[in-house]
Amino acid sequence: MKKISLILIITALAGAFAATAADIIGTVTLNGTPPPEVPYTPLMNDSTCGAMYKTAPTTHFYVVGPNHELADVIVFLKGVTGKSTGASQPPVTLDQKGCLYTPQILAIQTGQKLVVRNSDSCIHNVHIVPDPQSGNPESNQVQMPGGPDLDFTFSKPEMFMKFKCDVHPWMFAWVSVFDSPYYCLSGANGKFVIKNVPPGKYTVEADHRKLGTRTQDVEVKDSDVTVNFAFDVK
Amino acid sequence: MPEYALLRINRPLHWFALLTALCTFLLLGAGGLVTSHEAGMSVPDWPNSYGYNMFLFPPSRWVGGIFYEHTHRLIASGVGLMTTILAVWLWLKDSRKWMHWVGTAAFLLVVAQGVLGGLRVVLADAQLGIFHAILGQLFFVLTSAIALFTSRFWKRLENIEHLTSNIQHPMTGYRPNVEKMDVGCSMLDVRCLFLRRLVLSTTILIFCQLIIGATMRQQHAGLAIPDFPLAYGKIWPDTGATAVQGYNEVRMNVIAENPITAFQIILQMTHRLVALAISILTATCAWQAWRRLGKKDPLTKLALSWLGLILAQALLGAATIWSNKAADVATAHVLGGALSLVTGALWCVIAFRRSAALPEFAPVTTISGAYGGAPALAANK
Repeated sequence: MKKISLILIITALAGAFAATAADIIGTVTLNGTPPPEVPYTPLMNDSTCGAMYKTAPTTHFYVVGPNHELADVIVFLKGVTGKSTGASQPPVTLDQKGCLYTPQILAIQTGQKLVVRNSDSCIHNVHIVPDPQSGNPESNQVQMPGGPDLDFTFSKPEMFMKFKCDVHPWMFAWVSVFDSPYYCLSGANGKFVIKNVPPGKYTVEADHRKLGTRTQDVEVKDSDVTVNFAFDVK
Repeated sequence: MPEYALLRINRPLHWFALLTALCTFLLLGAGGLVTSHEAGMSVPDWPNSYGYNMFLFPPSRWVGGIFYEHTHRLIASGVGLMTTILAVWLWLKDSRKWMHWVGTAAFLLVVAQGVLGGLRVVLADAQLGIFHAILGQLFFVLTSAIALFTSRFWKRLENIEHLTSNIQHPMTGYRPNVEKMDVGCSMLDVRCLFLRRLVLSTTILIFCQLIIGATMRQQHAGLAIPDFPLAYGKIWPDTGATAVQGYNEVRMNVIAENPITAFQIILQMTHRLVALAISILTATCAWQAWRRLGKKDPLTKLALSWLGLILAQALLGAATIWSNKAADVATAHVLGGALSLVTGALWCVIAFRRSAALPEFAPVTTISGAYGGAPALAANK
């Protein structure tokens, strides 16, 4: 009887929570014309990596859609900490493919496993260069072709932690680590969704690695809130 | 002691010292390439390379940045071995006690430099890279000085008061060209004291410039200012937060992708201003040396070469920016800096030795005294 009561109470609470949580949705756009992307010339000059391409791949600093939608912007609730659910979340994979990190921008939670893979037929070194102030440790590990995946977890939140390969110095990825589940990345259509945000007043921050930061204050009640961000390129 | 014996040197030792200095220069170039190619951490372990004994690391794995880092380590090992041999050789065969300690200093310095390079990798500390770069420059000065100290030119300076123009080999009858060997001895003049101090100050400024350069390179941020002679289209660039954000937005570096900061912009502007000051100072040194020592004096010739080197170095600095920090151009700029420092340092060493030798055999010249090149050795006897 006690068990049934407990289950009923938990179900009721969960239902109440689900009913009150809402999503923050929106679109990120870019005003102005970004500088043209540059080809990875050093990659083509490398005999192993260059052989994987017919023409040089280019950088993806500004991923902009036809209607100025801006991808790879990290949107999150500023100042929300200590709510990480990272340990129970599925791992996120960062691959080294074609002598490039894929994806180059990604976000995880503290305690969430990040799996770094080497899909190339050449050696890479996974060199993590965190902000010295963040408290995350720097590390530099070899990853042979066909070698086992490398697993990482981070205990401190940090924006755009740099992953690099010194063997191929054009290879970069930037991993942002959050202490809560309230973050997301804008997609190719510029859209983003921060799910299940509890009611309250928040500051929503949008960060682009090159373009900097934009913030907006919002209040979440019992329905979805729309917040749009616009960046300007000088 | 027969006069010819005074000029006798240990020729193999001198050539070996010269070779060590040359290999150190090569090592500086290899180190410069490592930083220029952002390859400093491409071999994550030390003293092993990817778990292999450094000397057994298969060449098939020397790919990408590994090639630059691993060859740097191998050349460094070679220079370390040569320096050890040189230090032992100096202890065993050089009669000058102080040279024993100079050789020991070189040995200790090369060991410290190797450990520092290793710690930079193991501790992943970019700040150590700055000290590693600077210590490398100082080590090059020391090995070059050893090559100078073991040369016949230096021997002549050391024994200047005992030499006459009648030097002749007792067995072969060989008679060196004294006029050609003349090292001058007119350095005690107050005006030359000024010249010595001027060259010394310029050399110290070059050393400071190398520290600034090493700090810039170890930021791993590419060019903080992409244009020259202007800076972001201005004589002095805006270093406000908004402006720096704007600079970063349009920077499209493929490698060295750290965002730049106001500090880095100011550092590069300081580097440019110090380069200008060094150019003016070396031109003044060359002019003063010509005027006070005469055009035939070895120190005048060295000062003129120094000026040429500094001008070439300034051009290389500009080319580094115009080429968007191309690895080979940037490395040539590093090597130009090393040669500039060594030239200034050796000029000072020679000049101070000359002035130290003078009081023992020559009267002090007056400010208004005859001046225009070195007096003949025989005349001073």
